[in-house]
Amino acid sequence: MRRLPDGSRIARAAPVAFTWEGRPMQGLAGDTLASALLANGVRVVGRSFKYHRPRGIFGAWAEEPNAILDLSWQDRAGIARHDPNARATMVELLPGMAARGVNGWPSVERDVYGLIDLAHRFLPAGFYYKTFMAPDWHRYEPGIRRMAGLGRLHDSADPLRYETRHAHCDVLVVGGGPAGIAAARAAAASGLRVMLVDDRAAWGGSLLWQGGTIDDRPATEWVADSIAGLAEATLLPRTTVFGWYDHNALGLLERRTAAAAGWAEDRLWHVRARQVVLATGAIERPLVFPDNDRPGVMSAAAVLQYLREYAVLAGERVLVATNNDTAYDTVLALCAAGAAVTVADARTDPGPAARRAAEAGARIRAGSVVAGVGGRRGIRWAEVAPLASLSTRERLPADLVAVSGGWSPAVHLFSQSGGKLRWDEAEAAFLPATPRPGQHLAGALAGAASLAACLAGGHRAGLAAARALDRHVDLAPPRAPDTPAPAPIQALWHLPLRGTRQWIDFQNDVTVKDVALAAAENYASVEHLKRYTTLGMATDQGKTSNVNGLAALAAFTGREIPQVGTTTFRPPFVPVSLGAMAGLRHSALHTPIRHLPAHAEHLADGAEMREYGVWLRPACYPRAGETVAQAIQREAAAVRTQAGLFDGSSLGKIEVHGPDAAAFLNLIYYNEVATLKPGRIRYCLLLRETGTVLDDGVVARIAPDRYLLSPSSSHTGAVLAMLELWHQTEYPSLRVAFHDVTAAWATLAVSGPRSRDILRRLHTGIDLSDAALAHMSLAHGTIEDLPGRIARVSFTGERSYEISVPAGYGAALWQHLLTLGRDDGITPYGIESLSVLRAEKGYILIGTDSDGMTLPDDLGMSGPLRAKKVDFVGKRSLLTPDATRPDRRQFVGLLPADPGFVPAVGTHAVVQEGGARRSIGWITTSAHSPALGRSIALGMIERGRALADAGAEVELFHLGQASRAVVTAPCFHDPAGEKLHG
Amino acid sequence: MLLIPCPWCGPRSEPEFQFGGEPATRPVPAAEVSDAAWGAYLYVRSNEKGPHRELWCHAGGCGQWFLMERDTVTHAVLRTHKPGAAA
Repeated sequence: MRRLPDGSRIARAAPVAFTWEGRPMQGLAGDTLASALLANGVRVVGRSFKYHRPRGIFGAWAEEPNAILDLSWQDRAGIARHDPNARATMVELLPGMAARGVNGWPSVERDVYGLIDLAHRFLPAGFYYKTFMAPDWHRYEPGIRRMAGLGRLHDSADPLRYETRHAHCDVLVVGGGPAGIAAARAAAASGLRVMLVDDRAAWGGSLLWQGGTIDDRPATEWVADSIAGLAEATLLPRTTVFGWYDHNALGLLERRTAAAAGWAEDRLWHVRARQVVLATGAIERPLVFPDNDRPGVMSAAAVLQYLREYAVLAGERVLVATNNDTAYDTVLALCAAGAAVTVADARTDPGPAARRAAEAGARIRAGSVVAGVGGRRGIRWAEVAPLASLSTRERLPADLVAVSGGWSPAVHLFSQSGGKLRWDEAEAAFLPATPRPGQHLAGALAGAASLAACLAGGHRAGLAAARALDRHVDLAPPRAPDTPAPAPIQALWHLPLRGTRQWIDFQNDVTVKDVALAAAENYASVEHLKRYTTLGMATDQGKTSNVNGLAALAAFTGREIPQVGTTTFRPPFVPVSLGAMAGLRHSALHTPIRHLPAHAEHLADGAEMREYGVWLRPACYPRAGETVAQAIQREAAAVRTQAGLFDGSSLGKIEVHGPDAAAFLNLIYYNEVATLKPGRIRYCLLLRETGTVLDDGVVARIAPDRYLLSPSSSHTGAVLAMLELWHQTEYPSLRVAFHDVTAAWATLAVSGPRSRDILRRLHTGIDLSDAALAHMSLAHGTIEDLPGRIARVSFTGERSYEISVPAGYGAALWQHLLTLGRDDGITPYGIESLSVLRAEKGYILIGTDSDGMTLPDDLGMSGPLRAKKVDFVGKRSLLTPDATRPDRRQFVGLLPADPGFVPAVGTHAVVQEGGARRSIGWITTSAHSPALGRSIALGMIERGRALADAGAEVELFHLGQASRAVVTAPCFHDPAGEKLHG
Repeated sequence: MLLIPCPWCGPRSEPEFQFGGEPATRPVPAAEVSDAAWGAYLYVRSNEKGPHRELWCHAGGCGQWFLMERDTVTHAVLRTHKPGAAA
């Protein structure tokens, strides 16, 4: 293996230093990592997945099964980069890249696990399922995972930025080879919006290494002119169309690592195309023969690409084994480069291409196949045998075996789109049967075998796409000289040689014997074969192995290939990083966190901020030297004895307007809201149609035709969506509209026995007397000259005032209230402190004390079901046998026998039945109560209200620890509610 | 990814929409509805293979609910219309 002194478009004046397994090496600008490794004489680039066999580079692009490397480098921006599973054939070589093999220790050249290969006869397909099941697969899994597999992730965060783009186009052309470019030219000439996409950095596809003449000049010139003529089109090189989804939505992965510096790394495109031209080409199949996985067995097309594109001669003494004409391009190129070439052509009459090769100096062995190779870390010899007499072998010295088993059209996207395949016996390939609507096929994908056919088919596809969109094109098709039809391919699958190991899937180590075993064990369906043997399940998704595998299964089950069929093609065509999938939707941007209007003031006041749903809110305000738990106790006690200030701005505020607002809300809410008088507030539940509690909150009537709803902070969106759904689909004739004004208002609550004294210092036009503003009422007016409102509602059990002003004044009002309340000991309190206060009062927290099965009666609210006549949401569900059975869990209080012991949330209450514990419910909230000076808990307990009435004691059980508690009514503090008014 | 013709906004991509399932007629009044009829309304859907009526909401757009007929095999959108429009 060596770099030739001339030829190819490689930049010889621009050396690029890199390392392989720590050894310094030099490539050239324009190399792929694979071509640079070959130019440096590297044969073994990895160890196989299962048997740890040494493996070399086989292909030259996305089909590569073996050259999966661990790659580290520092990029242009100085960021340390790591790709644990880089496909060396697709990596554009950059300075400083450090490549290492994977799945080999201490190195892929001298891998101690290589001994596993000696035990191969004990490791057939499915041996995991048979061997490692007793007593438990998980006992073996870590060790097996260590020995099998590919690259290892670094456990650090991905430092890269990815972005997502959405685009629309009239015609998307997938593939930038001759057919794709011809199609794009034709479609663009009609004035349509065209996108042309190719996964390579350079345009031209196979023209890059096949060359040729188009319109009487070198093909490369035609490519350059055609691309220049597509100035109005969107050109996406280095971009793989990896998935075809419903309604012509396609996923594109644009690789920008080696492109000009940009803001983001990989870019994921969501493209919706009106018409799609697929010109995805074809992938060469390997030949299947004993030890065909040895380093130095390469795809003939890849050998040609390395030679023409990178001036890398992959071997000096080459055996080219083929069953079709395409390998002769490689033969001629190798002869011209000075290699000694022998051709084993399975066809007894190989035709004119073979004669030209013989004239160029190649030895042609017609009717022959390669029957074996030797040399563990690189080919040293190959055996040629007549296909008719495989035991008659001749051993030839060889350092490279270039194989071509025919071509498989890259039908992946076509199949993903729902297209059906047909087996073409003459071409020995699965070809697309008929294009799907809005889809046009061209080039090798459609079975074109010559450059002229690719150009003509591409042009036709472009015209057809334009015509489908009512555009006419007047453009001469590009022309290439006619070439004689190639001699037909002769299908050649595995060789009937017993006792040999012939590889079908290189990456997942699946051999002919494994397929035979699967067939013998009746895994005769191709989908079963895939899952039993893992054929086609590796990161290359069987690009080189699928058809050979199907052919073997057909042979072993006595069927024809089309009867066997193919497995389902699914996205993605190439691996797509999770970073590219996520784009910007991660970290802080994944779910944007909402801040309260007085966010800065909370921080200044020492708040411990925590995330509650989408909101960042103060949990409490610990003072210097104080723990969070101590702060919570202090704050809760302050509210009970003096006054506290709470930022409730995140509480939902939905305004409901319209002459039918009362009628509509009465159909929605569990509680009666139509009789609510303007200026009054009611605590209400909102049910699902299944009768379970969706949310709770207060409903205020502002005017006869206007309500203000206060859903829980985290349920506001769901409540608004529910109102819209019911209005639009069930009650569209009711005149009512909804408006989420949560973000428009800041709402601060002053709570505690001294709250009224503090409010009196507030400059407001609102009458604060209890006669005018009783508990559960609200009034609008000016507050410090701002428009606002004050509501008397309480979640603490103390006299409380909720003051709302426009959100922009929330911070100022926070500071102002702290100043006004200073002499009364006003104390900022956070959610956690509020949670202790509400627990003392037995106020439920939806989603904490309730779950998806909780009915209103379980929470002790059965009145509305009896009183309300209208068919409110969920009503009928409350009448079912399950809703009315007597042993439902009910919301109760629990006083632990040990007042110093706070039972954990989730602790079960149990009874002894038949010698075993049975859970009768669980604790949903627990706390140390500063008001009671002891532990308290709330929970849902079977027949709980009866237990509370009887003052019964229950056994608690949690993680092996038993304790006892007395069941009580849920309210521990001021059950008469005097303090709300006091 | 479906391309859904919102009756108000025109064709838009599926991520803008929220699926609302197969519509069911709500039996009323509660007092006269059997447990079986109510259970069927809550939980029983035809789940057709082929043309299927579904409720969708253009949640990321106009916020309106509408009816869509969609082939569950081919994913072809057969038609969409506003609720209440002739089915």
